[in-house]
Amino acid sequence: MTRAFRELLAYREILLILIWRDLKTRYRGSVLGFLWTFLNPLLLMVIYSLVFSVYMRVDIRAYPIFVFAGLLPWIWFSSSMLSGASSVVDSGTLIKRVPFPPQILAAVSVSAALVNFLLALPLLLVFMMIWGLPIGWSLLLLPLPIAIQYVFTLGLTIVLSMLTVRYRDLQQLLANLLTLWFFLTPVLYPTAMVPAQFQGFLMLNPMAVLVASFQDALYGAQVPSLIHLAPVGALALAVFAGALALADRMRWGLAEEI
Amino acid sequence: MAAIELHGISKRFRFHGRPATTLKSAVLELVRGRSERARERITALRDIDLTVEAGQTLGIIGANGSGKSTLLKLVAGIYRPDSGTLRVQGRVAPLIELGAGFHPELTGRENVVINGIILGLSQREVRRRLDAIVEFAGMQEFIDAPARTYSSGMYMRLGFAVAVHLDPDVLLMDEVLAIGDEAFARKCADRFAEFRRVGKTLLLVGHEAATVERWCDEAVWLDHGVLRAAGPPHKVIDLYRQAMSEQESDTLARSYAEPATPAAVAGAGRAARDRWGTGEIAIERVRLDDTYGDERYVYSPAEPVTLRFEYHVHRPVDHPVFGFAIVRNDGLWIYGTDTSLAKVAVPELGTSGAVEVTLDALALVAGRYFVDVAVHAADGTPYDYHSRRYPFSIRDDAAERGVTKIHHRWRIAPGGGGGRV
Repeated sequence: MTRAFRELLAYREILLILIWRDLKTRYRGSVLGFLWTFLNPLLLMVIYSLVFSVYMRVDIRAYPIFVFAGLLPWIWFSSSMLSGASSVVDSGTLIKRVPFPPQILAAVSVSAALVNFLLALPLLLVFMMIWGLPIGWSLLLLPLPIAIQYVFTLGLTIVLSMLTVRYRDLQQLLANLLTLWFFLTPVLYPTAMVPAQFQGFLMLNPMAVLVASFQDALYGAQVPSLIHLAPVGALALAVFAGALALADRMRWGLAEEI
Repeated sequence: MAAIELHGISKRFRFHGRPATTLKSAVLELVRGRSERARERITALRDIDLTVEAGQTLGIIGANGSGKSTLLKLVAGIYRPDSGTLRVQGRVAPLIELGAGFHPELTGRENVVINGIILGLSQREVRRRLDAIVEFAGMQEFIDAPARTYSSGMYMRLGFAVAVHLDPDVLLMDEVLAIGDEAFARKCADRFAEFRRVGKTLLLVGHEAATVERWCDEAVWLDHGVLRAAGPPHKVIDLYRQAMSEQESDTLARSYAEPATPAAVAGAGRAARDRWGTGEIAIERVRLDDTYGDERYVYSPAEPVTLRFEYHVHRPVDHPVFGFAIVRNDGLWIYGTDTSLAKVAVPELGTSGAVEVTLDALALVAGRYFVDVAVHAADGTPYDYHSRRYPFSIRDDAAERGVTKIHHRWRIAPGGGGGRV
């Protein structure tokens, strides 16, 4: 076990209180406050439904629900990365003043975004009920893709947050990359729609597998494809382990570079 | 038992902090090769050996950039040494900069909890100490307002209050003793004294030698990353002060070494702001010597000083007068006299020669001064006048006020119980 991982466990009390701080400061000071979390995916859902379902007439059953079920995990992923990338730089005073393991800050970003994801889930379920879509037992399997995505996102965010200390332009680059990544991930279209010869390519994208799993479990009311999830889970663990190893190596340079 | 032990500790930093600050420049660097400058390293600390016994208060003195803060951050565990071993026993409270992680949107109370936990307390411990912390900071009225509404003084007070309630074994301080108003500073000093009394180990960094002398059992002097002296505070501080005044004297000496501009002398009137005159006689090579005849520009108030300069006669004149003046660096004239006022007979000058004035004691309070020198005609027309060109400095441990030190003696005779008045 790496030192960085032991620190993640040892600092869990701080982690919890920083998550609480993150959520509290986000909702305080803005008029819309808590509603803001829901507003962003809701607006996106409305726009995408208008464009694809009404204007372009893509024939998919309950398209808004389908899009919403994909948007929620994607927003969790992208907002974790975006806020996480600058987390260490933003907390420069902390890193310079007290001995503080920087991977905690990435974990705060990913966890706070997870809380927002979990808070938005009931809204999705309400929509499904209103739409008359069945809510399946597959819902109980959700913790599996959630756990895999958490580990995967945390790994990437730890790496990003440390590299951003050295390369400050990384964040702008990231925002652009995430836009491209979004369109390569089946949020707006179901995987089944992708031509057979591109299916293999599509599944190389771990986020494609994860988003499809959420859509299956929620919108599709079916068991996510474990054959596809298993290698993504292995990849997530590898990314996470690599990130922790990097954290061990880069840790000491950070206080000097910020 | 030693609370802090450092053996052969060295620490180096990259010259500009980082090799490349953006991906773009990193890519360019890959293509062009890394610049020499980016590879340059500066040594912040070199081969430091230091032991602080448990219960001891150690003061670190040194000029800016001597490595004091780096040393503190190494002990705090914020930096890691490049070489050497470091051992710290017990809970460390780093009061290096206060209020680490304070968030402007959260209330003071919430910030105290987070700050306390970051500094190593459990949530329960913080909550138990919360009232004491708030009271110590004197923030009862404002504690539930968002931190962004606080003044910087309130920020500091709250940060300090958390830090002193950590119950640390080792306390690291960087010049935070003199924060807040007088009442708060006194409270801090009390707390500090209590820490010492109960046998905590303290590492104190300060520019103020007086602070170190007052509080510390031992002191070390860091100079450009090297441990120059260690021992009882007054001894270390003496060495430090001596080195500082030597350094200052060398800097001041450069003003004297600047060659005089002959053009300014030849051209009558105020050709230069610091030198003017009609040029019949020119003054050169002004210097101040101590009693041993060594050139020196930092003096104590009681020391004798000799002002020396040379003259060159370009056109012989009748009855020349030599004069000098002492001027404070804000322009206040302190003293001025000349050979005519002092009724000193000036002999035939010849073509060149030297003038010497011995001042038995400058008797000035600590500060920066100039000595002005001049040679002029009996009616006051200057031949050569040097003004504000020659600085010197008075160093004094006593922080007296005013301009000059007036010699005096005290005698206090209590009345009543047989005292003779």
